[in-house]
Amino acid sequence: MKSPANTSVGRDRASVAGKQPPIDESTDLLIIGAGPAGIAAALTAASGGVRVTLVDENPVPPQTMGEDVPLHFGGRMAPTAANRNAVLESILRARPQLAEAIDAGIDVRLGTAAWGLFPQRRTAGWIDGHVAGLADEDRAYLLRFRQVIVATGCRDMGVAFDGWQRPGVMGASAAYRLATVYEALDSKVAVLVGSGAEALQSGHALMAAGVRIAAVVEQAEAIAGPAELLAPLLGSGARLFTRYVIERTVGDPQGVTAVRLVPVGSDGSHLPGPVEQIECDTVMLGMAAVPAIELMEAAGCAVSFQAARGGHVPIVDGSQRASLPFLYAAGDCAGTWPSKTLSADIARREGQIAATGALRALGVEPDGPNGEPVLPDHVVRDVAAERVAWVRAMTLKSAATPFVCQCEEVTAADVLELNPPRYLKWQRASDAGRLGAVDSEGAPDPDVVKRLTRAGMGPCQGRRCREQIAALMALGTGSALADIPVATYRPPVRPLRLSQLAAVPEAAAMSDGWESWFGIPSQWIPFWRLTGGRSAAECCADEPVAGE
Amino acid sequence: MSARDAQGKNRGAAVVIIGGGVTGLSAGWWLARDGVDVLVIEAGAAGWGASGRNGGGCSHHHSPLFSEEQRLWPLMDELLGYPTEFRPNRIRIALDQRQFELYRRALDNGAHEGFRSDVLDPTQVRELVPLAGDNVFGGYFHHFGGHANPHRTLQAYAWALRDRGGRLLQHTRALGFDTRGDRVVGVRTSRGTFPCDHVVIAAGPATGELACLLGVVVPLMSARAEMIVTEPLPLMSLGGVDGNGLYGRQTLRGNLAYGGGPHEWIDVRDVEHGRPHSTPLLASLSRRLCELLPKAAHARVIRSWAGFIENTPDGRPVIDRVSAVENLTIATLSSVGFGLSPASGRAIRDLVVSGACGFADLSSLQLGRFAGLEPDWPARQGWLPSVVGGE
Repeated sequence: MKSPANTSVGRDRASVAGKQPPIDESTDLLIIGAGPAGIAAALTAASGGVRVTLVDENPVPPQTMGEDVPLHFGGRMAPTAANRNAVLESILRARPQLAEAIDAGIDVRLGTAAWGLFPQRRTAGWIDGHVAGLADEDRAYLLRFRQVIVATGCRDMGVAFDGWQRPGVMGASAAYRLATVYEALDSKVAVLVGSGAEALQSGHALMAAGVRIAAVVEQAEAIAGPAELLAPLLGSGARLFTRYVIERTVGDPQGVTAVRLVPVGSDGSHLPGPVEQIECDTVMLGMAAVPAIELMEAAGCAVSFQAARGGHVPIVDGSQRASLPFLYAAGDCAGTWPSKTLSADIARREGQIAATGALRALGVEPDGPNGEPVLPDHVVRDVAAERVAWVRAMTLKSAATPFVCQCEEVTAADVLELNPPRYLKWQRASDAGRLGAVDSEGAPDPDVVKRLTRAGMGPCQGRRCREQIAALMALGTGSALADIPVATYRPPVRPLRLSQLAAVPEAAAMSDGWESWFGIPSQWIPFWRLTGGRSAAECCADEPVAGE
Repeated sequence: MSARDAQGKNRGAAVVIIGGGVTGLSAGWWLARDGVDVLVIEAGAAGWGASGRNGGGCSHHHSPLFSEEQRLWPLMDELLGYPTEFRPNRIRIALDQRQFELYRRALDNGAHEGFRSDVLDPTQVRELVPLAGDNVFGGYFHHFGGHANPHRTLQAYAWALRDRGGRLLQHTRALGFDTRGDRVVGVRTSRGTFPCDHVVIAAGPATGELACLLGVVVPLMSARAEMIVTEPLPLMSLGGVDGNGLYGRQTLRGNLAYGGGPHEWIDVRDVEHGRPHSTPLLASLSRRLCELLPKAAHARVIRSWAGFIENTPDGRPVIDRVSAVENLTIATLSSVGFGLSPASGRAIRDLVVSGACGFADLSSLQLGRFAGLEPDWPARQGWLPSVVGGE
């Protein structure tokens, strides 16, 4: 921040001016996420001779995993998931190229989550350059960067049904990660919900980890993914249920022991039978692989709903560059589609293209040609319609009223009627008007649903409910899912303890001028002591002020 | 209730209020209660500005509207017909002598207006506030004030306005005015022109620019401020606890929602080009919340937010029927609007209907006090935006 040239400038000691935090660490290229895309980006960039920092949040602290962050782990972590060294070893086994990255001089930081990206902007200019908020298990800290590649992967859409809060109900990609990266999935028999390529691939990974897949459940008439991916599951004994959804889970305090499946009509309505009960300890929700865009959306990247890319994704150009010109997206967070799920080479290529763009932005002319831009598969599935159909059949048409938002205990009806939260125990007065939207002029706004019902406002930060809420809003308003805007994300995009954040160093001047509110002395003079007109000099006498 | 009549023409209103924040919606609701035909237009979503992004405090003992604020809040759920989550009383904790002396002003001001406060010793603070720690110097218990949930209150105003026959039109930007002589006869918007008999400008940061179109100078500068929210914790018996340079509360859900510390002055023209972003200041807020409530140090921050807020040069509201235009009322609460909204809306209703406030002396809130203001007042006060360079 520079002082304007005007010499008659006064000083507002309570403003941010002159209070930039000291930031010891800096890098040229920050890469967030050490999956195939992130590692490929890091290796490409390192060959250009720039400083590369590669962070990955795995191993995630056990308490955070227990809250279903960053994935819907459903309490199915085996005890070894809490053994940090064991997990570090299994991560290196699962991603052997990490060792290569370390050897290439890349600053690799595992167990390090990125909770915010803070670029200097006109309305938030007090910290120079671009800053990332990072955190390990003990402390949060800031890192300055010049370019950033976000490769944060995807997570799973949740869809509520009776008993989905039971341990054992989890996301398919959460199961995949526990099985393949952590080698710590506590499951013997699983039912797979959803039949897209992503779900079926997770099914294969679980089988390889020794889990029996008892059934594959699909609300539509036909499976969503390729038949050749389904065949091995059926070949090892899985039963296929199309036009079925989960009615409810059966369980004990340890979690799910069985699921009951109910047949549905083409409009999602539940048919009388035949109802099937399948014994299992795990229910894998694989209805949709949702790009994990929270860091980018919170930073201010333009996003749009792109069905071919699996939902809301940052708008990127052919070099994977987002609307914030120093930010690139690569891998599943830039879009999920079947062939990308099945071959990590596509994510790697995106990572290499992003790194090439970032190198060029850093003034390094990369070796070799630019990669051809990566484009998603030709769309054969309507992922928006599929998501809405799942929510309609499994949640809305159910006789049960499960909490769509488990953290804040909000049902589908609460979302549709904008009901105040349960803790208020509010009874509508007989003469009170209806709730609901007060005007139909604007697009349905998921942030309004959030603030009125609290759906999505809990400790899992909306990871299990935001896509269902959007689908419910589409159903409730007769809108296309693509027309429901994304509910905004806010830093920190990972839950962080107050004591962790408190460790971030601050400038001495931060404390000197700290006021509860604006620190305008005349603001708080009681009205009975006020006199006459006001000049600037009268308004800003230099004294501490306690705002109310 | 639609914005247009059967022929598809815009339906005007006796009073058009520009700004669907807490001040405009409260004024609209008070007018609609009186049977006045009122239309509130809002550029974005109702309450999406500072009205929905604040600490929810209702304890403004320095204001001429204080007595009415205190009288109305306990009645608001019933008057509106919808929940506001209002809870009475406040505790303020001082961690050192300086804070203890600074915070005493609330006791003195409250006493002047006939409200009681108790001085608390550290043990009493810890008894009342289970999350407080060994670092307490002292505190105050105010038998007045309180806090409410801004989002819920905003929506309650909007629903109550509708129930009384008023209209709210969101996503409708005011662009200008049609005038005849000294009168405004219509508000031009992104959805066409709405004829009117009276205009209220209560548009937050945009108030100055809109008033300027009518030749009225309202000196305002806008800034960005930030808050943090933790996961829910067990409820304390009184949620209205702050201090140590923070404002905020424990919500009825149990979250700790606190703000404070430095603001950042911005160029108001940038407000419409994107939402307010929070910054690493959230770490400094966390540090001070850890100090204020050490037994909550394990609580996880799950959200932060920022908001744009306008201030007049002296930080005090303007609620005034300006003389230059016959049928114009201007209202900016100057960064302290949420808690005062039940009273400010009523005051605006009075000004619109009868030209004078019937329950409080608003002379200290008149625009005329800035007649002698230096034109370069933002620079003199150091209220200039950061100069952003970089990549």
